[in-house]
Amino acid sequence: MSAIQKVPNRPLSTYLHKRPTTRLIALLALPMTWLVGVYIISLALLLVTAFWFIDPFTSKVIVGFTIENFVNIFTVPAYFATSIRTLGIAVAVTVVCIAFAIPLGIFMAKLARPWVRNLLAVAITLPLWAGYLVKLLAMRLTFTEEGLVNWLMAPFGINGPGFGIPVTILTLVYLWFPYMALPVFTAIRQLPLNLFDASADLGAKGWATVSRMVLPLITPAIIAGSVFTFSLSLGDYLAARFVGGKTQMIGSIIASNINLNPPVAAAFSMVPIAFVVMYLMIARRTGSLERM
Amino acid sequence: MRRSKLALPALLAASALVLSGCATTSGELTLTVPEVPMKAELGAFEGELNIVNWAGFVDPKWVDPFTAETGCVVNNRDAGTSDEMVTLMRTGEYDIVSASGDAALRLIVGGDVAPLNMELIPNFSDEIAEGMKGQIYDVVNGKPYGVPIGRGANLLQYNEDVTGGEPESWDIVWEADSPYAGKITAYDAPIYIADAAVYLMYHKPELGITNPYALDETQLAAAVELLQQQNGIIGEYWSDAVAQITSFVGGNTVVGTSWEILKKFAAQDNLKTTLPKEGSTGWYDTWLLSSTSPNSNCAYAWIDYTSQASVNGAIAMNFGMAPSNIAFCATDADTQAHCDQFAAEDEAFWDQVWPWTTPIEECVDGRTDVKCTSFQDWTNAWVTVKG
Repeated sequence: MSAIQKVPNRPLSTYLHKRPTTRLIALLALPMTWLVGVYIISLALLLVTAFWFIDPFTSKVIVGFTIENFVNIFTVPAYFATSIRTLGIAVAVTVVCIAFAIPLGIFMAKLARPWVRNLLAVAITLPLWAGYLVKLLAMRLTFTEEGLVNWLMAPFGINGPGFGIPVTILTLVYLWFPYMALPVFTAIRQLPLNLFDASADLGAKGWATVSRMVLPLITPAIIAGSVFTFSLSLGDYLAARFVGGKTQMIGSIIASNINLNPPVAAAFSMVPIAFVVMYLMIARRTGSLERM
Repeated sequence: MRRSKLALPALLAASALVLSGCATTSGELTLTVPEVPMKAELGAFEGELNIVNWAGFVDPKWVDPFTAETGCVVNNRDAGTSDEMVTLMRTGEYDIVSASGDAALRLIVGGDVAPLNMELIPNFSDEIAEGMKGQIYDVVNGKPYGVPIGRGANLLQYNEDVTGGEPESWDIVWEADSPYAGKITAYDAPIYIADAAVYLMYHKPELGITNPYALDETQLAAAVELLQQQNGIIGEYWSDAVAQITSFVGGNTVVGTSWEILKKFAAQDNLKTTLPKEGSTGWYDTWLLSSTSPNSNCAYAWIDYTSQASVNGAIAMNFGMAPSNIAFCATDADTQAHCDQFAAEDEAFWDQVWPWTTPIEECVDGRTDVKCTSFQDWTNAWVTVKG
């Protein structure tokens, strides 16, 4: 009786219950429209544009087919060097972020008092609240010739690095560190304390505990964080522009060609995508993705 | 960011011809351009005008009286670079653009802008500075396409506390043994190749460069080689005005390319600008009318309105450049001071400045026996310079 009474009360549920296909469509309609309609299609258009070329006289885009834009990435020394340089910067940013995040995560999760932990959590996320450009200009002012770093180092007779690749890496670390620190902290926090005790009981010192117990267990979190730090660094161009001195990254080439030569810009935007796909495939082979 | 200036090829070519002593006008240089009809007479105002402009060129202070007078409501969009201007104009959504010469010639040869009927622009008169009339970037095959707004030179800025005096030559930013290696800045755009060409014209006459915007392949290679040598001593390239100012003020940069207005904004007594003996390049801005403009009557009215001394001067002071209408200078003490600082009336100064002009395959120096390198070649070359 009660089941019969419920029917008129919940017509939508009843309708969907009988029609699994409609149910599935209703569930996925919005996200798939977004993913396919906006994301996949624009990526596909980008890929198509990469095969076009431009009229050298008027610099108007001509619809056609050429693979020259892709060939150039490998054959023009400056293009190839820029791709490799960008890859190196992204890897360096990721490594530095990991090196900072693990000790910080262990301290926050296992050693710090609650108020210190909260303070550090706020300190890590605080930069996320500031505008991207504001952070870049802050780094620029910090590392300028008469800026804070040189002023602090002056008593030791050290002159900090001028604008260049090292400062670009530091700036990108500053920008993306929260994306690494938060998942690593959360993962370490979930490690039971008695695992640390067990490790100590078995005679492992601090370093052995970290490398043989903590690291393997938080690898999925590190991979998750590194997807952010790696891919965001690959695509960035403003950091190179503001603190890179004469450093040129993939993003710089895309930015300078976006109006002048859209096909070249489109071809180049495939380079970071290729790097990220390669990275994800390597990560998948390690089995870490399944545990994410 | 105020704007990134790129190339003003046509302008440059005209001044090149003047500089090289040939008694000629840009009319003698024939370029292949699409036939676009010129407006014969004015009609009723359409009530709307869409402008692409550099920041500071369109301001309620002079837009409101214009709208009150003509009924043309002005919608404008600030562009960041010359390339962006070209892209926006090609959408067909804008009626006029305040293009620099590097964008202007591209738009003209692309058929995107129409020749202007100067009889409909009475304010374009004798008061327009001589050096801004009939330049190749806006007068092609004898037809005027643009009405000048203002101009600025790419000057050598130096920190006098470090240099101890006024440099005579650009060599301190080009030569590998520069005492300021690592503290040098240069403009970050393909059109900067022309600055290398200007330096080579003076120091390597055997290359036969007569116009820095008309480079054949050998000449471009020589310029790129010089730029690569410079890359070794560069501290940073700039395209963002704020970054350039903080670089000079913060001590990262001691010498390098600048504009008079950037020195003014930096507001430091030890920062000075000079025009070295080799001469330099400069940006010359002009109003261009879209060839597909549905609001051409409002557009003509705007171009005429902004060419009168008071409005043209207000734009020039707002942006920080030399006005094209030099009658503005004598208005009062302030305007005279502005004109003096920006050398508005000093044609001898501008004779040494090559206006940005889009390099195109047809050599703008008049050579017909070789093919010149196009802006596309320059763009590709610029990437290899920066590595």
